[in-house]
Amino acid sequence: MSGNETLLNVRDIVKRFPGTVALSGVSLEIFKGEIHALVGENGAGKSTLMNIIGGVLQPDEGEIFWNGQKAQFADTRHAQEAGIGFVHQELSLCPDVSVAENIFMGRMPVKAGGMIDYDELYKRSSEILKMLDSNISPRKQLRELNVGEQQIVEIAKALSLNCKLLILDEPTSSLTENEVEILFRLLRSLKSQGISVLYISHRLQEIFDLCDRVTVLRDGHYIMTRLVSEVTENDLIVSMVGRNIDAMYPDKSEERGELILKISDLSRADDFKDVEFELYKGEILGFAGLIGAGRSEMARAICGIDPKDSGEIYVHAQKLNISEYGDAIQNGIGYMTEDRKEQGLFLNLEVKKNISAAKLSNIANGIFIDDDREKRLAERFVTSLNIKVSSIEQPVESLSGGNQQKVMLGKWLAIEPKILIMDEPTRGIDVGAKAEIHALMRQLAEQGVGIILISSDMPEIIGMSDRVIVMHEGCISGELSGSNITEENIMTLASGVCQTK
Amino acid sequence: MEQTNSETSLTNTAKPSFWQRMMAIREMGLLLIIIGLMIVLSLASPHFLTASNITTTLIGLATDGIIVVGMTIALVSGGFDLSVGSVLALSGVTAGALYIGDMNIWLATILGLAISVGCGMVNGYFIGKIGINPMITTLSMMNIARGAAYVLTQGSPLSLAQTPKAFTNLGGGTVLGIPVIVLIFIVIAVIGDYMMRHSAFIRQVFYVGSNSKAASLSGINVSKVKFLVFIIVAVLSGIAGILTLSRFNVATPSAGLGTEMRVMSAAIIGGASLSGGEGTVFGAVLGVILLALVNDGLVLLDVSVYWQDLISGIILLAAVTLDYINHTRRRTA
Repeated sequence: MSGNETLLNVRDIVKRFPGTVALSGVSLEIFKGEIHALVGENGAGKSTLMNIIGGVLQPDEGEIFWNGQKAQFADTRHAQEAGIGFVHQELSLCPDVSVAENIFMGRMPVKAGGMIDYDELYKRSSEILKMLDSNISPRKQLRELNVGEQQIVEIAKALSLNCKLLILDEPTSSLTENEVEILFRLLRSLKSQGISVLYISHRLQEIFDLCDRVTVLRDGHYIMTRLVSEVTENDLIVSMVGRNIDAMYPDKSEERGELILKISDLSRADDFKDVEFELYKGEILGFAGLIGAGRSEMARAICGIDPKDSGEIYVHAQKLNISEYGDAIQNGIGYMTEDRKEQGLFLNLEVKKNISAAKLSNIANGIFIDDDREKRLAERFVTSLNIKVSSIEQPVESLSGGNQQKVMLGKWLAIEPKILIMDEPTRGIDVGAKAEIHALMRQLAEQGVGIILISSDMPEIIGMSDRVIVMHEGCISGELSGSNITEENIMTLASGVCQTK
Repeated sequence: MEQTNSETSLTNTAKPSFWQRMMAIREMGLLLIIIGLMIVLSLASPHFLTASNITTTLIGLATDGIIVVGMTIALVSGGFDLSVGSVLALSGVTAGALYIGDMNIWLATILGLAISVGCGMVNGYFIGKIGINPMITTLSMMNIARGAAYVLTQGSPLSLAQTPKAFTNLGGGTVLGIPVIVLIFIVIAVIGDYMMRHSAFIRQVFYVGSNSKAASLSGINVSKVKFLVFIIVAVLSGIAGILTLSRFNVATPSAGLGTEMRVMSAAIIGGASLSGGEGTVFGAVLGVILLALVNDGLVLLDVSVYWQDLISGIILLAAVTLDYINHTRRRTA
């Protein structure tokens, strides 16, 4: 921080939407060359505040000072010209054109006659990418890049406008650990060049790794701004949620029941090899590993969603013979997908229709659906999972992320699972909902369901799992239980070598 | 989150009034427009509210009304079928040609319908099992079926002579003064509407159209669902083809030209969405009625028939725009 000189000062912002006050008197001060975290639960007002700073929305009350001058950003273009770059969570790039054309989208350098000056375009793109210490070729087609590299292009696009403040909304949600490291290095280097960063993330650990100061919002109110070095993770959680979450993770189980699932010799070329493990009734079995270790692929093959080359699956010591995923569901095996919007939910359909989707035989009399049974089924899970809806006829797209996640969980509980595979069950949802889902998972296990938890969230794996199996490049590299479940042991195995049979 | 538990209450405290409930039905707006148009037309022309005009209009829209049931299902599944008009022609021509070749008319009818099932299976196979997009697949089938109809008839209509009364009654007869063809349309529409709301299979179609990835990850056999959807559309087109044959007693290879666009417009006016997961048979049938009324009105008011397409186009554009505005308002609320 270069002498704590203020770059942006947002004061007493009020923003109303029909029916709600999104921000009531929120202030935020950002210094030159600092990385400033903005945290809060979903609905706390983070995106509204970002959108006001980025010129997308106009405040109803309050003032914005930019470099000491009173400023008003009438639209995104104004904010960009002032030097505010905004990288949204969903990347907004064109996959079919080159990296350089993406960086200068809408502002191509031109020659006489309106023709694009490609030499100039590539030259300037290389300069910007060099500033980011990146060796991405500006001539490459965007679709050839991985997500992490695309994110860098998005940042380059923001920087090409002589950006002084970079707003990043959940930039790591789809990055691998390695890519996150690269991104953090890049952000630190920008900081040393005097550029400020406003960083929004649900992953609190990242804030402690990266940021200088943190501002907390709750229900549209400003709660506090602190030096990151002066707060603990628990302080942040308490101020975000407004109460103590006594246990982010419920107590683990003392004993385990009978064997319900046994996998032997499960293999598929290039994805996973010789996977063998057992799952017991009432147990939460964690699967850890780096992204790309083959965990989801293996899980999908167990359920019959994708084919396997070889291997046997025994449920209650009976060999499972299924030809399609629907059969697995009828047998009480469910796979809750990691991506709720793309793969999990029917966004335009009602809550009740989402909950009944995986097992229509629950609510059907022969070929017809019984509306009353469907309603009762939905109400049962809305109540037991504490899903906040105004009606079960409400489309799922109008719910918050945490409630959407619970609807998806309800869909899987409605099949009365014996075995439930949960892939990243709390990704992208806020702390309060996360703790609730963890408690529900333990409750399920206590009712005798065998749960396989696949997660890249290390504290979640450690906090929830009774046993942990670590995968590395498609094979099981080790198993941990009890006090051996530590971050260090998991990381060693995750980057380690395959066990030889 | 104990403090917000009150939000979870599921029963509305105040029961909505009759009118509130009526207005909550999506199709209500369309129904009011149709009633309004009928009032205007009955004031503007003394011929509108006559039995013969109403009967003629209903007979005219019956085949579109049958096909629109299938088209709505296809739209709900996230696809559409451009081959409906051609399949209509092919099934009629097949039955007609076989009858002229001395086959029993009922057997010929069954084979005509079988041909339409075949067309639907081909569409369903390429769309559902192989994964080619519905636009390309059904555009091809549109040409294939139409081509086959021309080949079978050598290009000219075949007149059927001395067809049994029982067969010609399908398209031309009446029961209690109501044309049989209209009764068949009403029965199919009512069954279709009920199925759309209550059938477990159609529910799967909604899931597939809303999010096919999520559907397959909920254990739904997406390719089987799509396969069946296109068979349903084709069978309904085939039925429309047989009824057209019966009504005119002529197997016309050019029958049903332009049906696909008219029927798709009607379904979309009725609230079906091209992006899938939305649509009702009731709405779609209202869409067919609206378009038929407009045509009828133009004829009664002596407006040149050349205005028909122009006005239908404007109605379609207006309907989807209104729907779009409604949607975006719902999403940002």
